[in-house]
Amino acid sequence: MQAFQFMRANSIQHAIGAAAHASTAQQGASVRYVAGGTTLLDLMKLDVEYPQLVIDINRLPLGEVEHTATGLKIGALVRNADLAQHPVVKRDYPVLSEALLSGASGQLRNMATTSGNLLQRTRCMYFRDTAMACNKRQPGSGCAAIAGVNRMLAVLGTSEHCIATNPSDMNVALMALDASVVIHGLRGERQVPIGEFFVLPGGDPQRENVLEPGDLITHVLLPAPPAGTRSHYLKLRDRASYEFALASAAVAVQVVDGHIQHVRVALGGVGTRPWRSPEAEQALKGRAPNETAFTAAAEAALRDARPQSQNAFKIELARRCLRHALATATA
Amino acid sequence: MLTSNPSGMPFIGGRFARVDGPLKVTGRAEYSSDYNFPGLLYAVPVCATISTGKITHMDTSHAIKMPGVHEIFTRANIGPLQRVPKHNHGQMILDEHRPPLADDVIRYWGQYVAVVVADTFEQATAAARRVHVEYDAHTPDVRMAMTTGGKTDIDSHRGDTQTGFSTAPVKIDQTYSTPIETHNPIELHASVATWDGHNFTLYETTQSIMNHRRVMAAMLGVPVERMRIVMKFLGSGFGGKLWPWPHALLAAAAARNLERPIKLVVSRKMMFEDVGHRPNTQQRMRLGADHDGRLLSLQQDYLCSTAPNENNKEPCGEATPFLYSTPNLRVTGGLVRRDIAPSTAMRGPGAVPGLFAVESAMDELAVALDMDPVQLRQRNEPKIDESRNVPFSSRHMSECLSEGAKKFGWDKRNPKIGSMREGDTILGWGMASCAWMAARLPADVSVELHADNTARVLSATQDIGTGTYTVLAQLVAEYTGIPLDRITVDIGDSKLPPGPLSGGSMVTASVIPATKQAAEAALHQVMQAATQPGAAFAGTAMDELRVENGRVRRKGDAGNGRSLGSILADAHLDRVSGKGSSKSSSKDADADKLSFHSYGTHFVEVRWQPRIARLRVHRLVTMIDGGRIINERTARNQIEGAIVMGVGMALFEQTEYDARSGAPINSNLADYLVATHADQPALDVTFLDYPDYALNPLGARGVGEIGLAGVAPAIANAVYHATGVRVRQLPIRIEDLLQSRVSV
Ligand SMILES: Cc1cc2nc3c(=O)[nH]c(=O)nc-3n(C[C@H](O)[C@H](O)[C@H](O)COP(=O)(O)OP(=O)(O)OC[C@H]3O[C@@H](n4cnc5c(N)ncnc54)[C@H](O)[C@@H]3O)c2cc1C
Ligand code: SF4
Repeated sequence: MQAFQFMRANSIQHAIGAAAHASTAQQGASVRYVAGGTTLLDLMKLDVEYPQLVIDINRLPLGEVEHTATGLKIGALVRNADLAQHPVVKRDYPVLSEALLSGASGQLRNMATTSGNLLQRTRCMYFRDTAMACNKRQPGSGCAAIAGVNRMLAVLGTSEHCIATNPSDMNVALMALDASVVIHGLRGERQVPIGEFFVLPGGDPQRENVLEPGDLITHVLLPAPPAGTRSHYLKLRDRASYEFALASAAVAVQVVDGHIQHVRVALGGVGTRPWRSPEAEQALKGRAPNETAFTAAAEAALRDARPQSQNAFKIELARRCLRHALATATA
Repeated sequence: MLTSNPSGMPFIGGRFARVDGPLKVTGRAEYSSDYNFPGLLYAVPVCATISTGKITHMDTSHAIKMPGVHEIFTRANIGPLQRVPKHNHGQMILDEHRPPLADDVIRYWGQYVAVVVADTFEQATAAARRVHVEYDAHTPDVRMAMTTGGKTDIDSHRGDTQTGFSTAPVKIDQTYSTPIETHNPIELHASVATWDGHNFTLYETTQSIMNHRRVMAAMLGVPVERMRIVMKFLGSGFGGKLWPWPHALLAAAAARNLERPIKLVVSRKMMFEDVGHRPNTQQRMRLGADHDGRLLSLQQDYLCSTAPNENNKEPCGEATPFLYSTPNLRVTGGLVRRDIAPSTAMRGPGAVPGLFAVESAMDELAVALDMDPVQLRQRNEPKIDESRNVPFSSRHMSECLSEGAKKFGWDKRNPKIGSMREGDTILGWGMASCAWMAARLPADVSVELHADNTARVLSATQDIGTGTYTVLAQLVAEYTGIPLDRITVDIGDSKLPPGPLSGGSMVTASVIPATKQAAEAALHQVMQAATQPGAAFAGTAMDELRVENGRVRRKGDAGNGRSLGSILADAHLDRVSGKGSSKSSSKDADADKLSFHSYGTHFVEVRWQPRIARLRVHRLVTMIDGGRIINERTARNQIEGAIVMGVGMALFEQTEYDARSGAPINSNLADYLVATHADQPALDVTFLDYPDYALNPLGARGVGEIGLAGVAPAIANAVYHATGVRVRQLPIRIEDLLQSRVSV
């Protein structure tokens, strides 16, 4: 870890003003907000992140979950543990509660925040080791993972420059819930649908989302789910807890008169960003919720998957995961 | 079988809480890195970022100017560090012989190339990052697959395996492999080094203070009398802390050079790079049997990797030669060089990976014979140790097999693959046997009896978390009758009478004879005081007295007698001290006439959910024939902990090396998976508790390692039963199991 300046933001404007002079809000930013710190401090200790200024946002009034007429307004600083146990979340958005509870450990969830989770970084082992080539950490240096240890990495949305997985469980659930992200920046407030928040690595893997210098995430909005929607999160991994997903699926399904009316499908552990699958949704819409439809959806979701040397098994694993999640949600 | 306390001895065999428990749960136990001294500085090593090659240039000019930095030691200024003498009669053991910073050659990823000393840990860390090193790097060879070519040694041989195997009607010929596994005790390796101009006192994370003392003295060039090693509590070692590692020398050299106390705590990443690991193994097993399952021949040809400059062998045939009866047997072993750091002992070295191969092959043989695997093992139960033609000191493997099967409900097993189900879940039942060495190391112990009716036991052994404090207190309580809470255990300091290292599951067995002798010698002095003219028992012959519950009375007398302390007080003695000394069991008169081992069996149920490719280990029944159990709680704790480690070995653990750089790349606890609480199966451990009196007067052997042996093959065999997939390469992973054709 390198020496850095530390300040506490006492208002949203204060925070934005102090952060705005950075040249990027992406990898290597010279200014970083700190929320729970469970991602940022970890990466600073590894010298993967080396901000000169760290702005503590924990005193900002962003720690509430509000139940509004249109849905749920989740403050950026709501802790993962609290959000998972929130009665409305448990009742109306079980996929989110399940996703949060499947992630990390109890201690980490007590610290981790909504905005921090949204922005957590890949667990690609080469990204985390400054001795290794990594285009995301050091643009143009190459991608050591492609010919290296890549079992945990992505099969969807990869490029020849980066195959890193977005490791978040929460993000996958947010994809299935049509969430949007409220951002305050130099030019005021804007709302970005979650599907547009994360960007694909392409030739520019150091950019992971649409945030610009100064941008502060203040809330995550969840629309009210269509009546009768049932949702579920299934996470598959080697050990029984405390491990990132090898494959996961978040599904939200509304069945009307024996047919699937509304459906959202997102996959985790397999994509370079939390992976919404319109193809799978297409395969399900209007169909009866049965094995045949689920299998068609699973095939469609993974049709474009491109495996690396060690992770071809994830394709079959993700298919099984999605089929089972759909079966559970519609049972 | 062990019930509550079968020994008839009040302090032996029962369930005793750890005497050091309160210190640990209140945070008062001082672990080695907890020591702080005035003027203490922090050392942080700089680690090589290549695996093989040379340092061509090093620039410390920026780092040395950083805040708080006192010095940066490199090859140029670390000062004298010597190699230990080549022939040292096993008195100076270490697995990396090259002193740190000895030359500019890099032989493994993460090798220390410099060490930064600063006022704080953070300053030293920041500066270490700024030391600029240039290398001439070569391409490392870190391949896991191994081929022979080099010399192999014959570890054990009898009969004619070539004919035995080729003429056998039923044969198994398969190769099994185990990966590099890294010890991951939660306590990091650490050294706090102090030097007063003449004497070193080193607070170390070591499983062997006495070996540590000799090695450090030799390498730092001081007489052993000027080297003191302290280790009061260890946050576990698993073998990784048996022998000194280079960081300890860096800390001590820095303390010497700067004349300041130095603290060096190895990082979790360095734990994967610089302090040893279990090497990967590859074992070809050839088994031949007749149609009734009698083994006609058994061959185990193993290879293991080793560092370029070391010859550390993982003796995979540890348990093979005496496990089964067979006229023809051969075990060979060979080393294959890789550009990987030196390996070292890890819990159950040799036997643990070795038994994965042997016990998997036995299961394959049972399948080939269409025979129950328990029955196959019973059929081949030997009457004597056929490798040495001597009887076993005490072997109850057959009972481990039959009782384990009974407790598990093995008779309900349907051998057909995938046939046992509960809804969408398939049950797999598998089993394996295990064995581990039993021996004693030399031990010196003193026992003091004090006038205030307390006792103290002293020995330069150490408690690595296993319960040595408690067992020593129990022994003194048993031999003197003084209650546990009045006994002080003084260990973990090299200035005490030399005690055994904590390895090979030998401490308990080793300290029993010496502690008994020391306690008896101390009691003898009390008796002398008691029978002096004018004393309480003046005029009574000493052999007419006896000691019971810490009191002396005349034999046959019903009275209360006198407490040991009051006799000392009457004689104006503050304390008496008795000495005990016992030799290694290899020097015993019957050492060549008996075969000493512990035995056991594991029965496992795994649960396989094919729809979601989820495998979990559900329950285990374990039988242990480990001699007399001294403390049922600490013993059970060892076996249960080892089994959970075995779940990790079977399903998760594997240090992965990046092929191009040679770096162990999953060098943290998120990417190197070990079993979590949620992975822990229901455990049912039974101790047979047959005393092995040929080893020591209480008949205790040792249970630190045997619990791990055999768990991985038992799981692999259960996985085969559930899925039909035979995994011969650990760990067993989802990608292997996706090949299963069993469906629901
Ligand atoms: C050992 C371990 C295991 C884990 N396992 C899992 C798992 O299984 N599943 C899973 O999903 N996650 C897992 N995690 C990740 C964990 O969920 C994240 O670390 C956590 O959610 C991050 O939240 P935080 O508040 O601590 O973020 P911080 O570390 O505070 O911040 C993370 C990033 O977000 C930025 N940031 C934070 N808040 C804002 C804001 N309001 N506006 C703009 N930028 C902001 C910070 O600048 C920083 O760059 C694991 C983490 C660890 C350490
Ligand atoms: S996959 Fe991406 S994060 Fe990983 S090494 Fe390649 S570029 Fe870096």
